[in-house]
Amino acid sequence: MDVLDYWWTHGGELASRLGRHVWLVGVSTLVAVAIGVPLGITASRRPRMSAPLVGFANIVQTVPSLAMFGFLLPIPLIGGVGARAALVVLVVYGLLPIVRTTIAGMHGIAPAVREAGIAMGMRPRELLWQVELPLALPAILAGIRVAAVVGVGSTTIAAAIGAGGLGEYIYRGLSMVNTSIILAGAIPAALLALAVDAALWLLERRLTRRHLRPKRAALWGAAVVLTCVVGAAVAAGRSTPRIVVGSKNFTEQILLGEILAQTLERDTVLQVERRLNLGGTLICDRALATGDIDLYVEYTGTALTAIFGESPAADAAAVRRRVGELYARTGRTLLPSLGFDNTFAILVRGREARARGLKTIEDAARETPQWKAAFGYEFLERPDGFRGLAAVYGLRFAEPPSAMDLALSYRALASGQVDLIAGDATAGLIRSLDLVRLEDNRHYFPPYDAVPIARTDLLYRYPQVRLALERLGGRISADVMQRLNHDVDVLRQDPAEVAKRFLETL
Amino acid sequence: MPAIEFRSVSYRPPRGARVLQGFDLAIEAGELAVLVGRSGSGKTTALKLVNRLLVPEVGAVWVDGKNAADWDVVRLRRSIGYVIQDVGLFPHMTVAENIGVVPSLEGWPADRIEARVRELLTLVDLAPATFATRWPDELSGGQRQRVGVARALAVDPPVLLMDEPFGALDPVTRGELQRELRRLHVRLRKTILLVTHDMDEALTLGDRVGVLCDGVLVAFETPVAIASSTDPRVRTLLDAASTVARGAAGNRSADALTPDRLTP
Repeated sequence: MDVLDYWWTHGGELASRLGRHVWLVGVSTLVAVAIGVPLGITASRRPRMSAPLVGFANIVQTVPSLAMFGFLLPIPLIGGVGARAALVVLVVYGLLPIVRTTIAGMHGIAPAVREAGIAMGMRPRELLWQVELPLALPAILAGIRVAAVVGVGSTTIAAAIGAGGLGEYIYRGLSMVNTSIILAGAIPAALLALAVDAALWLLERRLTRRHLRPKRAALWGAAVVLTCVVGAAVAAGRSTPRIVVGSKNFTEQILLGEILAQTLERDTVLQVERRLNLGGTLICDRALATGDIDLYVEYTGTALTAIFGESPAADAAAVRRRVGELYARTGRTLLPSLGFDNTFAILVRGREARARGLKTIEDAARETPQWKAAFGYEFLERPDGFRGLAAVYGLRFAEPPSAMDLALSYRALASGQVDLIAGDATAGLIRSLDLVRLEDNRHYFPPYDAVPIARTDLLYRYPQVRLALERLGGRISADVMQRLNHDVDVLRQDPAEVAKRFLETL
Repeated sequence: MPAIEFRSVSYRPPRGARVLQGFDLAIEAGELAVLVGRSGSGKTTALKLVNRLLVPEVGAVWVDGKNAADWDVVRLRRSIGYVIQDVGLFPHMTVAENIGVVPSLEGWPADRIEARVRELLTLVDLAPATFATRWPDELSGGQRQRVGVARALAVDPPVLLMDEPFGALDPVTRGELQRELRRLHVRLRKTILLVTHDMDEALTLGDRVGVLCDGVLVAFETPVAIASSTDPRVRTLLDAASTVARGAAGNRSADALTPDRLTP
């Protein structure tokens, strides 16, 4: 069993991810209860407020959580990447069921019971604690249970913005097309959801035995949750990180992130935190701008067009200079190139290329009206992506190209589901799946030199970081990078291990 | 000085037609007064004006020589026991806890509350050992209403308001509870204002009976005088009622007057 092996070799990591996951769910649920229950009580007394609130809650709940994380990215203070932004989204999702069930619970109280309390001379606060809350408690607890169980699921998605948790395995597995790693995260997440559901169900039964008062119930619940949260925080071993290394969400980026992180750990005494697998280019750029991460590896051509919105240029040195200037203006510094150019590679199956004598993209343009193509989401959107390519080479396909996860598209091409994809020139799968890269004979793609980008203030504060990273300059050739990718994608080795072995050869 | 006095009270709900009009009524301390009328006649409204669940549009209700509007509302309500048809027992509390609510709000020590609960359960004829720890949904309708009365009496308020307290009970249980209420009244001498739509009940229980019709008090007399009234609005209610009314006041001594009543 691959999954069991994986857990066996990653036991400590699994425990810390699980701890982080429980911590995120626990904290967000607690905050959601602290806001949601009073809000629900207030709303239940104002019919004019409760109807729009519940309506709004229902609408918000239909927004996919991944989109919600995306909305928050550019918002200062509550947005960005990392645990804080994740907690904001998780609290919002947790609020909805809690507010709704609190309102329902309060409305479900028999009018005669409330009137009896008022007529007995109960003050509003006495009525609330002695009559209304105990009677609404079963409904409220049911809402909290829903919030917590849904929270376990949403938290896996929060890994996309670097919040950590079990979702990291799922994203890592997706980007490496490795089912075992996906399951390594998905199975504990599912078990955690079941465990949370069962635990809260037991708590609910205990607390709704009629003689328990809500004050006692609140104390009980808070005690249980706090124990979990503290335990989880200890398990996750949260220290105060000094330097945060980020990466995008594909194998090469994760490897480069590991290489940067391990280099810093080896050559400096600073604490390093990894926020690898952060989604696409713009998420990483935003995170670097806000200081959520301190450095990551970018590609010059990508920076020029996708980040700074300038038109593509062919001269590698000119592009590097221009990008260096643009970064410097925004408080960031371009470090020496790592030594390879990861341009887009237009790929076809080797069998077809040989049979039809396809060498260049121009050759392929003759065939494409009978072909299907698939591209990563980013390639379809970015200015140096598909639209420009299609215009330069006059590419037309049998149907509009489908959008597909980059890593999956290699498999789709090899298995004949599509006939042309845009991959990374350094992808390890190119060789193992017998794919052929078509030459960009009209020089459409700008150069994509891999360069570490760091926040300038960080380099001032820790000059040793600059020294360590400059030593990496020019050490990773395209061949080396392809081999490292191959070790992870095809041989299923752990990126951290592969990075470590590579650094030992330097 | 009347225990409860309505002085030209009119009431109109925030949205809707006026339900009480120029209402004058004085209830003496220790008296059991009954307001009778059809649904919508304004009798429940009159009751709720006493403990300020409602506030008059015009006029004032005086309780214990003081305008209800001038009372501290919590003090006012805690000195008035309130019993309603749906009882309104708190379903998440035991019988003992229900009865002990107001004493515990008043800050009584636990042992005093416990003793009081036992005393009250005995008073309403429920064995404390059996009933103190029961939940409201384990009781019959009659038992629940007894607990409701015990709860209303918990801090020994001088005034008791009862809104159709026996309306949801079967005839046998209702008769039983009516007799017990008379017995309690004789024993405790509370001022009781009870409303009902049932003329039989009014004549059986009341020291005096007020007849309400469309928000206006058309009579407030002894049962004997009411039973022989010629006012058509009173006769309508009398004709709708059964045995007691038909037998008129003459039969009252034989039928409705329990031995308790004759020996204060």
